[in-house]
Amino acid sequence: MNARLRSSLLAPVLAVVFAAVLCAIVLIVSGANPGTALGAMIGQVREGQVAVDIVNSTAIYMLAALAAAIGFHMNLLNIGIEGQYRVGALVAAIVGGAIVLPPVLHWLVILIVAAIAGAAWATLPAILKVTRGVHEVISTIMMNAIAFGLAAFLIRRDQFGILVGNNVTTEPIPSSGQVPGIDLGSKGTIFGLVFLAVIAAAVYGMVMNRTRFGFELKASGLSPTAAAAGGVNAKKMIVVSLLVSGAVAGLVGMPEILGRDHAYTLNFASGYGFAGIGIALLGRNHPVGIAFGSLLWAFLEKAKGALDNVGVPKEIATIMQGAIVLSVVVAYEIVKRMELAAEQRRVGQATGTAIAPAEEAAK
Amino acid sequence: MSMVDVQPAASGMTMTPPPSQRKLPGWAVFILGTVAVVGVLAMTSYLTGQPALTSTLTMQNTVTLGLPILLCGLGGIWAERSGMINIGLEGMMILGTWGAAFGGYHWGPWMAVVTGMVFGALGGLVHAVATVTFGVNHIVSGVAINLLGAGVTKYLSTLIFQPLSDNPRDSPPIQQFDTFSATGFADWLGELERAQRVIISDVAGLLRGLVTRVSPMLIIAILLVIATYFVLWHTRFGLRLRSCGENPVAAESLGVNVYFHKYVAVIASGALAGIAGAALVLGSSPSIYQEGQTANRGFIGLAAMIFGNWRPGGTLAGAGLFGYADGLRLSATPEAVHALLYSAVIAAGLLVIWQLANRKWITAMLAAIGAVGVYVLYFFTDELPQEFLPYTPHIITLVVLALAAQRLRPPAADGVPYRRGEGD
Repeated sequence: MNARLRSSLLAPVLAVVFAAVLCAIVLIVSGANPGTALGAMIGQVREGQVAVDIVNSTAIYMLAALAAAIGFHMNLLNIGIEGQYRVGALVAAIVGGAIVLPPVLHWLVILIVAAIAGAAWATLPAILKVTRGVHEVISTIMMNAIAFGLAAFLIRRDQFGILVGNNVTTEPIPSSGQVPGIDLGSKGTIFGLVFLAVIAAAVYGMVMNRTRFGFELKASGLSPTAAAAGGVNAKKMIVVSLLVSGAVAGLVGMPEILGRDHAYTLNFASGYGFAGIGIALLGRNHPVGIAFGSLLWAFLEKAKGALDNVGVPKEIATIMQGAIVLSVVVAYEIVKRMELAAEQRRVGQATGTAIAPAEEAAK
Repeated sequence: MSMVDVQPAASGMTMTPPPSQRKLPGWAVFILGTVAVVGVLAMTSYLTGQPALTSTLTMQNTVTLGLPILLCGLGGIWAERSGMINIGLEGMMILGTWGAAFGGYHWGPWMAVVTGMVFGALGGLVHAVATVTFGVNHIVSGVAINLLGAGVTKYLSTLIFQPLSDNPRDSPPIQQFDTFSATGFADWLGELERAQRVIISDVAGLLRGLVTRVSPMLIIAILLVIATYFVLWHTRFGLRLRSCGENPVAAESLGVNVYFHKYVAVIASGALAGIAGAALVLGSSPSIYQEGQTANRGFIGLAAMIFGNWRPGGTLAGAGLFGYADGLRLSATPEAVHALLYSAVIAAGLLVIWQLANRKWITAMLAAIGAVGVYVLYFFTDELPQEFLPYTPHIITLVVLALAAQRLRPPAADGVPYRRGEGD
């Protein structure tokens, strides 16, 4: 167990260290002090609402990363989370603003609508994949772009948009549909749906490790032929996992919409989908790993504002995120090859010693 | 794990029927296609009374906006022909826009192209190191490069452009290429265009857009299309490079250095994406680097490559079509855009006739239903939502993939990991 833990922690730690060193070099070359930059970012956590923002963002990133991880288990690269969460958020905001229900029921309806809309946006790529053999990456890239167009169209003022101040939004969700948060006064408010992310991570861990569905999913990903021989319907698994991934992706926008904005606005955040892919890789599809990866991502994203105060362009945090994704996958490959080589050496030695006494006896 | 997994038609036990002979050479298909598209547009323009569809201005916008797409598509061909999927084109293009603005600001437009190319090639190098040397999943590496490209350019422009332009998101304007026109010819075409005669004026308008205020960028791009075709399909090096994309293990057994060819291909792919970035910077007015300028054109380039069946001529056609959709948005009224629906009806009608001639009853029926559906939409609406126009390329790509996925032929080992000496 200890060796397993060490080998699974080695790659992410190596990657984060490598990315940090890379960024430090970039900072030194451009004439800044990496120590000051890191100090400023850590100091920032105690300022204003930054700590609460980090917690809230962590939850959002976790949902996005879980959506990506479900696909990764099947060797499906759901690049379409970006579009799925946008469509999910938009449709849920429109429906949520149009109906009035008792509080808890209202939240549930909105969440279910969001999940269904996200899954619906993943349906076409899933169908194209199983019926026409179209790779999901290319179809979901196209669906992402179309989602932006759909959102721009539906939020037009002659469709569902209304003008609030200088911003165009959907009809606000009535208070029965707003999920209360934990108010920490001047520190900000933790979204109530942070717990949704925690629950989702727990359910994900349970399903993957304790159910037949999780087993079939992982088996299909590890060896499609073996899974097919074991009676797993590969096409059904592709459709189901893409739809579930899309459904989880549909929830990504919910903490912000039900906890803070109460509507889909023109400046709805983008980029969570691609961040989710990076975090799922960093956390190696493990719920705890994903939680830590999300925390790191949220810290980089929310604390980077402090960098401008010490004269460092805050975009170094984005470079750091990209460098982490790239170095973590490289690190996994290196660790995998090292382990393979060590294994071969061990087997070689074991068989070597096993043969040697026998040869002596023969003499 | 190629972009389009073509299921084998027959099992190993049965003989596969010999592929039906292609009746026409590629260039003939290209010319026929161009004639068909121009014909459909000219007919639409005549029947709906929307001259903007085939005006000189529309054609000029098509060229300006199609060039980055074309160059990215060529980059995609280089990478994928060697078996490397390159989703990172977008990031490499972003690097190219920054490099072009930097080089252009200091040393003029020609150096803008060169520096853009170098920056894009650096992105390609990172992709090559990750995927070829370390065997990382191509798509994951591409996503990382898109993140990195955006981050690096934002960082560098805050550091270097902000003192020059007082704006961390923009570069100062750079000098543009001197354009040239075939004046006499263009004037003659202009007269024809103004005469508003059926078909002739439309063709004249489109041609005039091609010969007035021509930027050297267009010449560079056309030369690169020809060069890509020649190098990849008519040299020994190109044959080896493509063999790495079809069957790297077989290539290895014949003594081809697969890693070397993949490295060259991916770096060339990045360089082309970088030139695409330079074309974007030089084609915008004023010519500046702007954050978010690429607007996912790298992905549209990839779509153009798929539309073009992984071949340069087809990619040129795809880039032209997608550039047209983008360019029309700038030069035409919503009514003119709406008239495009009419074009779609005519195109679907032609498809019905074609499929009936080939005795493909089901496809013909589907196309007929599509034609009627689009016509109903045309009849009952007055304008097309502008919001969807930029996304026509994406919708066309999905339709092409849905209808013609079995006829597309990506390289056989596209995206398949390869390690030297580990073939079976």
